[in-house]
Amino acid sequence: MHKLLSEQRGKKMLLLGNEAIARGAVEAGLAIGATYPGTPSSEISAAFFEISRESDLYFEYSTNEKVALEVAAAAANSGVRSMAIMKHVGLNVAADALMTLAYVGVKAGMVILTADDPFMFSSQNEQDNRYYGKLSGLPVLEPSSVEEAKEMIKHAFDLSEKLQEPVLFRTTTRINHSTGIVTLGDIAPVKTTGDFVKDPFSYVTVPAVSRNLHVKLLKHWDEAKGLSEGSSYNFTEGNGPCGIVCNGVSYNYVSDAVKDLQCEDKVKILRVGFSNPMPEAVVKSFLKGCEKVLVVEEGEPFMEEAVKAFAQEEGITIPIKGKGPGQFSRLYEFDPAMVRRVLADYLNVAYEPAGVVDVSDLPEIPQRPPNLCAGCSHRATFYIAKQAAAGMETIFPTDIGCYTLGVLPPLSTADFLICMGSSVTTSCGFSKATKKKVISFIGDSTFFHSGIPGLINAVFNNHNFTLFILDNGTTAMTGHQPNPGVEMERLGLSGYGRIAIEDVVRAVGVKEVTVIQPFKVKKSIEAVKKAFEYQGVSVVISKEMCTLYAKQLKLQRGQRYRVTDKCKNHRDCINQLGCPAFYLRDGKVQINPMQCTGCAVCAQICPENAILPIKD
Amino acid sequence: MASSVLGEAALLSDIPVRMSEIHGMAQRGGVVESAMVFGDARSTVISDGEADVLVGFEPSETLRALRKCNKDTVVVTNLEPSPPFTVAIGKGKYPDLDELQKLIRAKTARLIAIDAVKLAREAGNELSVNMVLLGALIQTGKLPIKAETVKEAIRSKTKQAFVESNIKAFELGFSAAQTERN
Repeated sequence: MHKLLSEQRGKKMLLLGNEAIARGAVEAGLAIGATYPGTPSSEISAAFFEISRESDLYFEYSTNEKVALEVAAAAANSGVRSMAIMKHVGLNVAADALMTLAYVGVKAGMVILTADDPFMFSSQNEQDNRYYGKLSGLPVLEPSSVEEAKEMIKHAFDLSEKLQEPVLFRTTTRINHSTGIVTLGDIAPVKTTGDFVKDPFSYVTVPAVSRNLHVKLLKHWDEAKGLSEGSSYNFTEGNGPCGIVCNGVSYNYVSDAVKDLQCEDKVKILRVGFSNPMPEAVVKSFLKGCEKVLVVEEGEPFMEEAVKAFAQEEGITIPIKGKGPGQFSRLYEFDPAMVRRVLADYLNVAYEPAGVVDVSDLPEIPQRPPNLCAGCSHRATFYIAKQAAAGMETIFPTDIGCYTLGVLPPLSTADFLICMGSSVTTSCGFSKATKKKVISFIGDSTFFHSGIPGLINAVFNNHNFTLFILDNGTTAMTGHQPNPGVEMERLGLSGYGRIAIEDVVRAVGVKEVTVIQPFKVKKSIEAVKKAFEYQGVSVVISKEMCTLYAKQLKLQRGQRYRVTDKCKNHRDCINQLGCPAFYLRDGKVQINPMQCTGCAVCAQICPENAILPIKD
Repeated sequence: MASSVLGEAALLSDIPVRMSEIHGMAQRGGVVESAMVFGDARSTVISDGEADVLVGFEPSETLRALRKCNKDTVVVTNLEPSPPFTVAIGKGKYPDLDELQKLIRAKTARLIAIDAVKLAREAGNELSVNMVLLGALIQTGKLPIKAETVKEAIRSKTKQAFVESNIKAFELGFSAAQTERN
């Protein structure tokens, strides 16, 4: 049995935040879940996917976040509890659905999990998704800890049912990827099937209907305000004159700092867990007991602006601080020492920062950036593209996935990236606005996610570029999740369809389609050269399984390689491929046999043919 | 793995524990940093200069993480280098191991530097490096967790086939740290 399905009520388990959230949803009787994977949310979905095979939960990897949200929205409007899980930027993709779903509302509980990523550990921006609550008029809940996340997600379903609106559940990386001790509760029975009752004047958002629905949404907003006022997730601690308003993990840093500084008697803390709508009356009465207030929140001054507005309404003129010089930054994530330092200053108490060891005299430590794996097919494709484009002036728009790591030398095959799918669409713009050869890269999962509309646009408007679709048979970056091109039978799963990328590309009208096997280097370079010569949209599909995925599926790897005495130290292998299996010993290139996967790409490019298979 | 065993041992000992890990790019050769906080603190991260113990699985990474330490920190490190790729392409120089140890010793309370790969091999499983280091960590006595409890956690958290070698690795790490002290 999956550990998150344990019926042992009261059992204490050490769980990752994402596992605790999944368990909370299971305890809440979640019936239908849908996602597009994205760090830091991915383990929630991984757990649901596993659980769905041994319980009544239906769970799917949808083609993108908008799809996932709409799948869940229909389920919730059929009376079954549903959840859509995504990273923060995923909600941008789903925002179109979100804004009007707020008008329509839901019948059964629906939770939209948005995992924000302050500091951008694995994201392209650090946007603060609490503003989506404000923009859409939907409630936002934010846990401070792993334990609280499990309980709060259950509350989110209840709240959603009470308000008849979806609820945004906003986490940050330090909730998703922290581990804590969680106490298991009862698992509610799952209502797997509901019914959809026709009522077009509530569900079909033509203008005449939406004008009424907006009125309904504002009514729900007022009800939500009342619930936020009375929510036990908005609580105060202490009675001191110095107010501190905080949320999420900032509450942890504040609690620890107040204890460390022995300032319990000086402060009064308002922890906001139900942050949209902000609990107006709670904040106003909190302000009345304070001489001054400091708002501690990562990201944008979301609460700070609300607190200042409430103070203005009450004619309260105490200093209210938050973001600014000497206070907190809108950048990156917080940490305990940072919060302690600002609090010490705010509370005017002595504070001796930790004596960090002097690191000024340490030798320079070589950087260890993430790199494409040894034997990664993307490396071969990038090499092929660059060889075939030799002598051309190029622009390489890229996309979101492992292959974004092509940005690093020696590959240097990433020139522009904004979001999922932007490789194809920005290629359209670059090819019109410049005279350079535009060569772009997109992965298989990203192609299904948001690459197809761009490609249709390119064909329709007759743009001129070459798109590489890097088909490694899985969604590699986020942990090998399925996508519509994956052979599900390999995972022992049946009942799925499968979409061939080549069929899609031809069906949308691309005339020049080339399929290469990137580990056949010379043949591929010749084929790609032809694709580059084509005037119009040409597509190269590079097919080779992700090497980590192949290992996971226990597929046989090729013979490993070694550098023989014939090596004359041209170092083309290192300088052009940069495979991490290479290392230098006494100034000579060697291959680490533990890392070599036998792709043989280096053996094919060595000018001396000095790289040969290891004979067993 | 080391942190999940240690977390489990804390749970068995009824000691509050929280941890956080940044592992987005772990499989792509990037640095993985795990923080563990025992006791009644709420934070799951450790600021610079505030670690009581630092365990480094690779010597140059131990050096990189030294900013987490203060003069009272105890440092445990593996001595077997795993040079980053940047060294191979000439974009960096791997630090000298003797100098590295000298520097860490001078700046912290104690350094336990062991060839964990060798001991793991001796234990019968090269992949048990983490258990060797865990043994050395427990020997420092800086954590309120007994060796026996960690072994119990190893038994419950590792696959049956690896329990014996993992326990052996843990013990080898523990005694290596003891020898270092003497």
